[in-house]
Amino acid sequence: MSEVEEMLKRIQGHKGVIGIIVVNSEGIPIRTTLDNSTTVQYAGLIHQLSNKARSVVRDIDPQNDLTFLRIRSKKHEIMVAPDKEYILICIQNPSDN
Amino acid sequence: MADENNEGGEEKPSRTSSAKSKSGSKPGTPKTPRSRAGSGRSGSGRAGSAKAKDKAKKDDEEKTEEEKPTDAPADAAEKLSAPPVPDDITDIMAIFLASKSQELFECRADEDVTSDHPYKLLKKEDIIQDMKTRAAVSDFSPAKQLVMDYPGEELLLVYDYDFKHGQNFYLITTEESKDRILNPPKATGEGGEGGVEGEEDQVVEYKPPVPKDWVSYGSEKEIAEEAFGETRPKKVFKIARPRREFGAPVNFTDRDVKDVKDGYVECTPYDDKNYSLHLLELDKATQAIATWKDCSSQTDWKYPRNAVTQYQPREFTEEEKEKLSTSKEVKVFIEGSIPRFELALQQNEIVDVFFDDWLALASDDATFGSKSDGHLKEYQSFTDLQFSKDKTITCIDWHPNLKGVIAVACSERLTFDQRVDNASKTLMTPSLILIWSFTDPIHPQLLLEAPDDIFSFQFNPSDPNIIAGGCINGQVVLWDISQYLDRLKNPRSGGKLKQNSMNALPGFEDENALAIPIIRYCAVSSIENSHHLSITDIQWIPDHLEINRYGLPVFNKHGDCSQILTCAGDSCVMVWDTRAPKVTLNPLEAKKQDAPHPLGIPATFKHLDLSWKPVLKVSLPKPDTNGEFAPLKVSIKERQGDKAHVQKQIEQMEKEALGGGIRRESTMGGFGRSRSAKDQKPLEGVTTKFYISTEDGEVAYADMKIEKDQDSGKLTNPKPSWYSALHGGPVHTLQRSFFFKNIILCVGGWTFSILKEENQLGPLLSSCCSQKKYTAAHWSPTRPGVFFIATEEGNVEVWDLLDKTHEPTLTQNITACSITRIFPWQISSKQQLLAVSDDMGTLHILEVPWNLRHPSSNEATSIQNYFEREEKRLEYYVDRLVFREKEKRDIDAEEQRIKNAPPPAEENEDQIQEKMRREYEAYLQLENELLISLGVKQEEDEPLPEK
Repeated sequence: MSEVEEMLKRIQGHKGVIGIIVVNSEGIPIRTTLDNSTTVQYAGLIHQLSNKARSVVRDIDPQNDLTFLRIRSKKHEIMVAPDKEYILICIQNPSDN
Repeated sequence: MADENNEGGEEKPSRTSSAKSKSGSKPGTPKTPRSRAGSGRSGSGRAGSAKAKDKAKKDDEEKTEEEKPTDAPADAAEKLSAPPVPDDITDIMAIFLASKSQELFECRADEDVTSDHPYKLLKKEDIIQDMKTRAAVSDFSPAKQLVMDYPGEELLLVYDYDFKHGQNFYLITTEESKDRILNPPKATGEGGEGGVEGEEDQVVEYKPPVPKDWVSYGSEKEIAEEAFGETRPKKVFKIARPRREFGAPVNFTDRDVKDVKDGYVECTPYDDKNYSLHLLELDKATQAIATWKDCSSQTDWKYPRNAVTQYQPREFTEEEKEKLSTSKEVKVFIEGSIPRFELALQQNEIVDVFFDDWLALASDDATFGSKSDGHLKEYQSFTDLQFSKDKTITCIDWHPNLKGVIAVACSERLTFDQRVDNASKTLMTPSLILIWSFTDPIHPQLLLEAPDDIFSFQFNPSDPNIIAGGCINGQVVLWDISQYLDRLKNPRSGGKLKQNSMNALPGFEDENALAIPIIRYCAVSSIENSHHLSITDIQWIPDHLEINRYGLPVFNKHGDCSQILTCAGDSCVMVWDTRAPKVTLNPLEAKKQDAPHPLGIPATFKHLDLSWKPVLKVSLPKPDTNGEFAPLKVSIKERQGDKAHVQKQIEQMEKEALGGGIRRESTMGGFGRSRSAKDQKPLEGVTTKFYISTEDGEVAYADMKIEKDQDSGKLTNPKPSWYSALHGGPVHTLQRSFFFKNIILCVGGWTFSILKEENQLGPLLSSCCSQKKYTAAHWSPTRPGVFFIATEEGNVEVWDLLDKTHEPTLTQNITACSITRIFPWQISSKQQLLAVSDDMGTLHILEVPWNLRHPSSNEATSIQNYFEREEKRLEYYVDRLVFREKEKRDIDAEEQRIKNAPPPAEENEDQIQEKMRREYEAYLQLENELLISLGVKQEEDEPLPEK
C-alpha cells in the first residue's frame, strides 16, 4: 500500500467521514472512495466552486491564495483543499456515528 | 486837438469817394439817402431813415476799407450824420449846451449838427479841459462825474432836435450804446441787396447760427387746423316701444320670404374700388425637417425542435489514474493538505457544528415562562342532561385515532347497599358509555349500551372500533362501532339536525335522524367464568405479544391487539382472548349464527357471547398470610407500540414461521382463531411479573407464570414476591411513566408514591399527606417529570418533579364536586388537552399550557438522574438502617458487658492526688521537649524535677 493510500485511509477512518475524492485541475477525478456518479458530481461542482472561491481570494489580494474551503450544510460538511494541480475533497457527516 | 478833430471831421466827407454821398452830402438833403435805399422794406419814420443812413454809412466804410491804400481815413462828420439813434438806447444823459459851448465844440445846432446828422464825437479830454477852464459855467458840469468815469476816449453827443429827452443835446453814457449808434447791425433785408451787390465779389465769412426767439409767421394756425377735434354737437337718438309689449308671448311662425315685400335684404357682391390694391409684400416661411422612412424586416421562422445535449464526465482510465495517484506531485499535494483535513475533522469531533444554539437557548428560556400562561384553560365541557347528569363518570378514554373524540362511562351514584335496594330501578335504566365529539358539546355522538354499569373500558389500540369494557358485575363487554365510524368522523351537530327536520314534511320526520344511535354490546363474557366483583381495570395487551395459558408471553403473529387484561376486587387478574376458540362449530350452529341479529349487532364477537372464558386466571394470595389481595389496578411492563426490545426475536420468529411454511390463518375481522401457543417459545426480555394495587392501599409485585406448586402439586402462579402497604386508602392509580417503563406512579388515599420496578426497598418518592383525598392521577404524556393529580374537592394538582417535590407546581380548581378521572391527551404538537370528569357527570376538557406540555431540552435525562439519585439514597438509607441496627446491637452488647463487669474499686484522696501529679509531670516533660525542639529553650543538662 502506498503512502498516499495510507494517508487517505487515515482520513477515512475519522468519525463520520463519508468519502474522499482527489480531483485534478480540470475537475477529473483521480481517486475516490465513493461511487462513480456521486464522485463525478462532486468533482465537477466542487471544482467550479473552488475555482470561483480562489478567484475571489485572489481578486481581493493578488498575493493571497485559497488554501482550504469548508462548506457546512444541514447534513454534511464538505472540506476542500485546492492546490495548483489537484483538489482534495472530503465529505463528512459529523453527527453520524 | 479840437481843431484837428474838426479838420478831420470836415476832411472825412470831402475825401469820400462815393459819388452819391458827394453829390448829396453838401446840400444835406434828407432825400438822397432815402432814394439810395431803394428797398421797400425800410421802416417808416425816423427809425427807417436812421437805418438807411446807417446803411449808407456802412457802405461808405466798406468802400473806405477797399480804398484804404489810396484814401486817408474817412471823414468822421460825414460818417456821424448817417444813422439815426435807435429807440431802444436807454443810457442817455440829456444835457443842455449853450450856444457858446456849441461853438466851442463845433456843434452848433442846425449848423454842425442837424436832425439828420445829430452826432458829434467829443473828446473826453476836451470836455474835462472845458470843465476845468469854465468850471461851473461849463455846460458839461452836470455830467462831470459821467465824463470822468467814461471808459472810452470819445463821447458821443447827439443833437436832440425834438427835445425828446428834455434838452437840446444828450450824451451817450456807455461805449456799447455808442457803438450801436455809430455801427448799427445790418438789417435782414440787406440779403436781397447783397444779391444785387454780389457783383462786387463780396467775401462772406461763416458765422455760426445763434438761436433766436421764435417769431410767428402764422404756422400755428395751420397746425390748429390739422388737429382733430369735435366740430359739432353730438346727436342723440331715443328709441322706445310701448310698455304693453314687454314680456308678451311671442309667436314664431314659418313664412316664405317672397310673401312679403321686405322679406329679405339682399347683399349682392360688388367690386370695391377701395381694395384694388396690388400685393407688394408676401410673407413666407421655410422650416427644415429630417427626412425619414418606414422599414420593416422579419426573421425567418424555423420549425422548433427539441434539442438534447448529453454530457459525459471526463474520466481517466484506470492506468492513468494509477499513474497519477502514484505520482510524486499527488503525493506532495496530499501530504500538504492532509494536516488541514485532520484539523478540520478534529474540530468537528470536538464541537458539534450542527448544534443549534438558538434552539437550545429558546427552549431554556421557555422554562421560565410567565405565570399567567401557566394555568389550565377551560377548553370545553360536556354534559348530557338525560344520560350523564347526576351520574358519576367512572372512566374516560380518548379515541386513539380521531381527534376530539372522547368516551366516558357513566354510572349511578349509589353505594352497594343503595344499589341492592334500588335494584329494580337501576336495572331498568340503561348503562351507557357516551362518545362525545368536540363539534357538538350538547349531544353525544354515540351511546354504547352495557348490561350493567361500566367501571372501566378501553378502545382497542390497533382497531379503535372495538371497545372493551368491564361491568360492575364482573362481566367483560365488547362493542363494535365500525358501522358508526362515519358519524364520528363527520359529526353532525344538533343544530344541523334540527334544520333538516324543519324542512321535512310534517308527520314524516325520520325520528331516527334526530336520535343518537344506541349501540348494543356485541359480546359479553359468561357470568360463571367472569369476575365476581366489579372490574376495576381493563387493558388491551400490546399487539406484539400474547399471553398463553401458562402465563408466558409469546409473539403475537397477527400484529393486532386481541387480548384483554382485567382485574377485579375478587383477587383475580384475568386474560381474555377475543379470537375465536379452537373448537369447530357444528354446521347447524354455524348456520344459526350466520343469521343476522335482530338488533343489528355486528357479528364480530358472536362466537364469544355469553360463553367467553378467560385464557388465564391469576390469583393473588398474600405471601405471608392467608388473605388475598383485592386488586384495583394492574400494570404490566409492556406497552403498545414499544417493541424495540423484542424486535430481534420477532424478526427471528417471523423468519422461522416463513421457513416452516406455516400458513397464516385467515382471520375473521382481524380476530382469527387462537392457535395453540404451546409450540411457541416465550419472548425473552418480556417479564411475566406485574404490579397490582389494592383497595387496602397495598402495592404488590406478582407473577402470572403458572408453575407447579411444590407443596400441593397444583399448577398455580407463585405468590407475589413483594408487597408494601404504601397508602392509606384504595390505590386507584398505578401507572407507568411514558418515558421510563420501570417508574410507576401510585396514588391512593392522601398520598402518592413513585416506585421503581424491581426495587423492593421502597418508593423513590413518597409524598406527605395532602389536605384532601386524591381521587385520580395521570402522567403527562409529553413531560417526563410532570403528572396530574385530582383531588376530592375538585382541584387538579400539577406536580413537576424538576421544579419541586414537596408541593404541587400548580393547583387549580376545576369543579365543585369530586373529580373521578383525569386523562391528558396530546391532540397535536401544539395542543394538549386534559380531560377531567367529575362526580356530577360533567366532562371538562382543559387545555394544558405550553410550559406544562413542552419538555425542556434534556428533561428526560434530568429526571432519570433524579430517579437514580433517589435510588442510591434509598440503598444508602437501607444500608444505614442495617448499619445502625448493628451499631445499636454493638452498643447494647457493650453496655451489657460494662454492666456485667465488676465495678471499679473506689479511689481514695491520696491516689487521686498521685494520679494528678503524674499527669502534670508528663505534661511538663512534653512541654519541655516541644520548646527544645522549637529551639526556644536550651537543653538543660538535667531538668530539675519540680515538686
